[in-house]
Amino acid sequence: METYYDPHDLSDFASVGECAPELWKKFSEWYSSVFKEGALSEREKALIALAVAHAVQCPYCIDAFTKSSLEKGADMEQMTEAVHVASAIRGGASLVHGVQMKKIAEKIGL
Amino acid sequence: MAVRHRVHGMDDHGLKSFSQSLKESGLYPLTSRGVATLQVNVGALCNQSCLHCHVDAGPRRGEVMPKRVMESCLRVVDECDIPVVDITGGAPEMNPDYRWFVEECVRLGSRVKTRTNLTVLVEDGFEDMPEFFARNRVEVIASLPYYTERTTDRMRGPGTFKASLDALRRLNRAGYGSGGNGLVLNLAYNPCGAYLPPSQASIERDFRRELEGRFGIRFANLFTITNMPLGRFRDFLEGSGNMRSYMERLVGLFNPAAAANAMCRETLSVGWDGTLFDCDFNQMLGLGCAHGAPSHIDDFVREALDQRTIMTGMHCYGCTAGAGSSCGGEVA
Repeated sequence: METYYDPHDLSDFASVGECAPELWKKFSEWYSSVFKEGALSEREKALIALAVAHAVQCPYCIDAFTKSSLEKGADMEQMTEAVHVASAIRGGASLVHGVQMKKIAEKIGL
Repeated sequence: MAVRHRVHGMDDHGLKSFSQSLKESGLYPLTSRGVATLQVNVGALCNQSCLHCHVDAGPRRGEVMPKRVMESCLRVVDECDIPVVDITGGAPEMNPDYRWFVEECVRLGSRVKTRTNLTVLVEDGFEDMPEFFARNRVEVIASLPYYTERTTDRMRGPGTFKASLDALRRLNRAGYGSGGNGLVLNLAYNPCGAYLPPSQASIERDFRRELEGRFGIRFANLFTITNMPLGRFRDFLEGSGNMRSYMERLVGLFNPAAAANAMCRETLSVGWDGTLFDCDFNQMLGLGCAHGAPSHIDDFVREALDQRTIMTGMHCYGCTAGAGSSCGGEVA
């Protein structure tokens, strides 16, 4: 069955650069620099990426950064906590809009 | 001439053979640079049955190196001035002649390294092993999958983490990990699945922060070791459908610098019955020294072994992927 998401597409990511090679080159260099050890360790960066992958619900990124987190030395406890952080922000982001709802309701209510 | 060795058809899946990768890097055939370390596998008997074990070691394994083979090893160490003897297993401490062998190696002037799974050190009859190690200035390389209980116990069984911490504390009390006294305690890390290890420096920092901070445990260095597609780990790869992707990853990350520094180039491995191998992994495949090199410790001829051509196969990608892997960690 055809689907919009194909796991093999991840390994073809570089083909996106075929029609705009200069932009792809810049993206690739920046991307690889971002994940190098700096003030944050590679493990911490991989965990952030894993959390963001869940927040943006990108299956390619979840695949890539689950493996990357493990290869950078994280374990399932750390990874699960990272996903909870992403979920808390997503849930909190919805809930905080309740203030907006409340204010509008109060404004038009008797 | 090194042969392209088929390991259970592993290179029948369109993956580049290891020999081909060596040829493209100008390293073919891979040859020895001399025997600086004699790695002696004193048997597959072990108190644990770890999921990643390439030896398939466990409590029911009957292969145990007899004393007469150890005597042959000692003769070679003595006559050829082998500077380092690296003792492995199984759980090497469970060989009944282990202590005698260590003492004899030390008496001959060799530096002894021993692999330990830690948990054996808290079992009956082994509690004084840390002091024995210290008396003989043995370098201890202790296997610890992770710095948390959940991950460690998943890999090695319930209770492993607590027993490992207990053993590490005993080693610290015996003087290991203090620094400056010459007693070296190193840790060995294997990934807990079908993926490569992190950078050695990075995971060492994590282990040190967690083990020292939470448990007050000190160690010198941590070695990262790639899981080899052999033994029980190979069974896992095949059973879980991860074999192809794991091999693709290893092949894709082939690093000529790691191949140039592979530990087999300066190590000779001795099996429990005295058979000679280029490494402990070839030993598990029954892939003995060849190309005219002696095949048994009783036939040891230094000149022939110093310049031998090393037997290679698809599993060798495990030691040459990324930063490389050896019993002493990264090599590139």
